[in-house]
Amino acid sequence: MYTLTGLKLKNPTILAAGVLGTTGASLCRVAREGGAGAVVTKSIGPAPKTGHSNPSMVRLDCGFLNAMGLPNPSYPGFLQELEFAKNNSSVPVIASIFGGNPAEFAEVAEGLLSANPDAFELNVSCPHAEGYGAAVGSNPCLVEAVTAAVKDVVNVPVWVKLTPNVADIRSIGTAAESGGADAVVAINTLKGMAIDIESGYPVLGNRSGGLSGKAVKPVAVKCVYDLYTALEIPVIGVGGISSWEDAVEMIMAGAAAVQVGSAVYDRVDIFSEIGAGIEAFLERKGYSDIKKIIGLAHEMV
Amino acid sequence: MLPLNATITQITEESPMVRTFFFDPGFEGLEPGQFVMVWIRGVDEIPMGLSRNNSITVQKVGEATSKLFELKEGDSFGLRGPFGKGFTLPVKGEKILVIAGGVGAAPLSPYAEAAFVAGAEVHTILGARSTGDLLFEGRFDALGKVSVSTDDGSKGVKGFVTDILKSLDVAAYDRIAVCGPEIMMSSVFRLLEERHVLEKAEFSLHRYFKCGIGVCGACCIDQSGLRVCKDGPVFTGVQLIGSELGKYSRDASGRRVKI
Repeated sequence: MYTLTGLKLKNPTILAAGVLGTTGASLCRVAREGGAGAVVTKSIGPAPKTGHSNPSMVRLDCGFLNAMGLPNPSYPGFLQELEFAKNNSSVPVIASIFGGNPAEFAEVAEGLLSANPDAFELNVSCPHAEGYGAAVGSNPCLVEAVTAAVKDVVNVPVWVKLTPNVADIRSIGTAAESGGADAVVAINTLKGMAIDIESGYPVLGNRSGGLSGKAVKPVAVKCVYDLYTALEIPVIGVGGISSWEDAVEMIMAGAAAVQVGSAVYDRVDIFSEIGAGIEAFLERKGYSDIKKIIGLAHEMV
Repeated sequence: MLPLNATITQITEESPMVRTFFFDPGFEGLEPGQFVMVWIRGVDEIPMGLSRNNSITVQKVGEATSKLFELKEGDSFGLRGPFGKGFTLPVKGEKILVIAGGVGAAPLSPYAEAAFVAGAEVHTILGARSTGDLLFEGRFDALGKVSVSTDDGSKGVKGFVTDILKSLDVAAYDRIAVCGPEIMMSSVFRLLEERHVLEKAEFSLHRYFKCGIGVCGACCIDQSGLRVCKDGPVFTGVQLIGSELGKYSRDASGRRVKI
């Protein structure tokens, strides 16, 4: 058993937001069959949104590009899904939420409280939703205010998911910490684009989107490495993790736990595989505890 | 995989609202029942069942399909796939029942043909609103027995595919493949459930697809959480016991919508 911001996880792997998190049943499936230590929902906002037109996700040689556009049924529409996930999964369920300002974030958090999420993850990092996500998350003052507003209305841990599309992610992490965040999650996708050369059309319905998967792992490792030095609160690493080796690397950069997103493309049970791989690695190397390797890379040079 | 450029080689008018678009290049090694994502550039990308390894058969229902209907031979669209899990092919000597309603005949016709080639005995129940809407009757006719139902009684039995199904000894078939409007599929499901033959049946579901490749989770069905785009679109009857089939689906925002 592993403790993260007070939550008990059977292993340090967590389903990332926006992936298999639209319904309560699929969240439960990732916990049950996938072996995730915790699951994060799709990002939920104040009003129903259908998202961008398709194509909304394509696979590239080096990763995935997506521009979903925060589709969600709004917090009243999502309550029954969150309740189902809470009642039927044995792992912590974290509600990912978004809004355009501190008041909207607080409204959504309060609106979901009756379903008893184990924590909230604030999406201030989606790179392709106008007025939301990274539009909020690239402004340190706004990140601090949003975090403080949610902390004011909930009594469960609050994580803040950061965008790498900023000059210095540490300043945003520090703002979240000042606002009272219990942890930060790094990173969300990197801005990206693909063009169909036969027609000249941008491939994504939204024209541009966010890059995830293998290509972003080195960027995520660097962001986690930098945040680990700058912050007192735990850093949860996410970005391009598809194997236990990737997870160990992220943990050595300073991650207290890892989230996995695009890699469910290959197999839903990737969480069990990564969790078991980490355990076997710790045993082989003689580490008594995962804590012995969190931020290990900082001690080496 | 970025969308490949598919050139329309031929357009066949199947009925006033249904057209088949043949395209080049086609797909080799197709599993009947798999689907493709058809990108009508600048408009939308929609999932479509393949009616052959080089054709899609489309009903005009919304903005994207209307734009598709404006395309001419020589024009092109983007195509990704084939994706998902198709129907299980029978082995030689098996008796199969194919139940097709409306454009549900599109993915079932290559399945019935592959089953015939494999040496199965094929019986098709083909349903539509009226005679003019019966899809691929000739293709099914070439494979074995075809029982027809039309809502208006203009051909075959007046009524639904289930009216024919009720009169059959379903236990005599080794496999049952179903595709059509969800109301029809759920009626068939209930009938097969009552007759205790769900383990022989496979259903091809439609749900709103966002990513189409199994990552986003927009098409997951209750209570299993299985993804229609990747774990399906073809599911066994047993996988659908107690599911949302025939009750509700979800729209693009994830809200439940009654069937």
